[in-house]
Amino acid sequence: MDNLNNIKTILIEKPLKLDCGKTINNFPLAYETYGTLNEKKDNAILVCHALTGDQFVTGINPVTKKDGWWSYAVGPNKSIDTNKYFVICANVIGGCMGSFGPSHINPETQKIYGTDFPIITINDIVNAQVNLLDYFGIKKLFSVVGGSMGGMQVLQFVSNFPEKAKTAVPIACTSSHSAQNIAFNELGRQAITADHNWSDGKYSSNKTVPEKGLAVARMAAHITYLSKKGLQEKFGRKLQERDALKFGFDADFQIESYLRYQGSVFVDRFDANSYLYITRAMDYFDLVKQFDGNLSDAFKNSKVKFFVISFTSDWLYPTQENKDIVIALNAIGADVGFVEIDTDKGHDSFLLNVPNFLKTLKNFLDKSYIE
Amino acid sequence: MKTEYKIISDIIDKSSRVLDVGCDDGALMEYLKQNKGVDIRGIEISKEKVQTCISKGLTVLEGNAELDLKQFPNKSFDYVVLGQTLQAFVNPEIVIKELLRVGKKAIVTIPNFGHWKVRLNLLIKGTMPVTKTLPNEWYNTPNIHMCTIKDFFKFSETINFKIFKSLALINNNVSNINSSNLFTKNLFSELGIFLIEKSDEN
Repeated sequence: MDNLNNIKTILIEKPLKLDCGKTINNFPLAYETYGTLNEKKDNAILVCHALTGDQFVTGINPVTKKDGWWSYAVGPNKSIDTNKYFVICANVIGGCMGSFGPSHINPETQKIYGTDFPIITINDIVNAQVNLLDYFGIKKLFSVVGGSMGGMQVLQFVSNFPEKAKTAVPIACTSSHSAQNIAFNELGRQAITADHNWSDGKYSSNKTVPEKGLAVARMAAHITYLSKKGLQEKFGRKLQERDALKFGFDADFQIESYLRYQGSVFVDRFDANSYLYITRAMDYFDLVKQFDGNLSDAFKNSKVKFFVISFTSDWLYPTQENKDIVIALNAIGADVGFVEIDTDKGHDSFLLNVPNFLKTLKNFLDKSYIE
Repeated sequence: MKTEYKIISDIIDKSSRVLDVGCDDGALMEYLKQNKGVDIRGIEISKEKVQTCISKGLTVLEGNAELDLKQFPNKSFDYVVLGQTLQAFVNPEIVIKELLRVGKKAIVTIPNFGHWKVRLNLLIKGTMPVTKTLPNEWYNTPNIHMCTIKDFFKFSETINFKIFKSLALINNNVSNINSSNLFTKNLFSELGIFLIEKSDEN
């Protein structure tokens, strides 16, 4: 990937003990910020990105030259209003946009880490991110916000650091990755590792990357981000630049062509080993188990004001799983609001132009900020 | 319905923890926040109304009282308010029991089906009553379990809860209901407002 010199990083010198038992130190954490930190330093929002996101939340991503992944929600006068708030987003460790990850060079071997990179968890990701608060001198975030895997980080963050956030908005997520979630992730990982070019994760050294495997992983995952109704309405059985079926295995249907395109653009911007590591982190996420079966204990004595958002057509992290978080919070009398947004855009709704969602998120943040 | 809000507000102690079940657009919640400084949550079934509440900065859960009250621990609120919605539930008995479990006290208001206009409507016209407080036709009303003030007293005996306070609203005037004036109050009140609590035995 080019243009990596546009990436801001902090070097975390302090040792971080990972859940796998290994300790890392002197590692880079890449981040980006939007808006201005005010004098009281009480207007900061930590945005946590999802599986394939990065720190370039909005505006033009300097590396991919495309719109930031949350451009609908973050920017001047938007839901997360950068005229008002100071937005911070870090690339997760294990990622491939500058933070310490499997594509970095292992000083011991002078080769990329590949699968020698330690297994990381959502807990590790959050514990690395919190260093950014110290770096900016922020004692307490106004909010920590994220969808999907970003939502898992939100939950883990407030559980680990209840004093460091005033509000928290977990969106379209879960407190415990389900068997179905793990199954889909495993399908993606198998697609990557089955690609001959993956070469046990040492592909960078021989300059070939497992493009096919990564593309298939992305295609499979992409289906889980959409709803059946949404797909049917957008594509139906429409044919791709042809009047009739060709009786072959070419992309006859628009949906096939769309998925192939999604796969092909993804491999240009994402590292296959990072995909393995981050999906693993999601699969290992089980906040319920971390607290011996009682999710409420994860938020005990928390003064954080929560707002949980789910989407009607999200079958990857369905409303009930989001509601389980709400139930756990209500069980301990925490301050929690909840809304399910009506949309047929599936799990991806939080990334898309869904006006009711964008409006509700803005209302919650802006009203909570003046309180 | 500002009078109703004021009556409810007068019953509630300052700074208490309150749950408004069926909080609609959050108007009562705002009123109680301003006037009593309460720590208040709402639960509302309509997505649009939940979003309205969020835009007012209120803490609201989208949910169905018949299914979602069970997530709250016993006595997690000082007061649970149920404003003019008891009659809309499939099972009012379960809802009342849940209110009394979740709240130390509950405040229930009911549109009075015993009001003389309602009675006259049915008697003279022979059709299901449509009035100011009950504006729907029989086929589109959400009110599937209408009751009268007298019925509510009977209900308290059947499912065994204590009525601490019972107030009648007649032309925006508030008065107490007791056993000696029940007949007339049941005939002239548009709204009954009750402060109730679980009986010790159950």
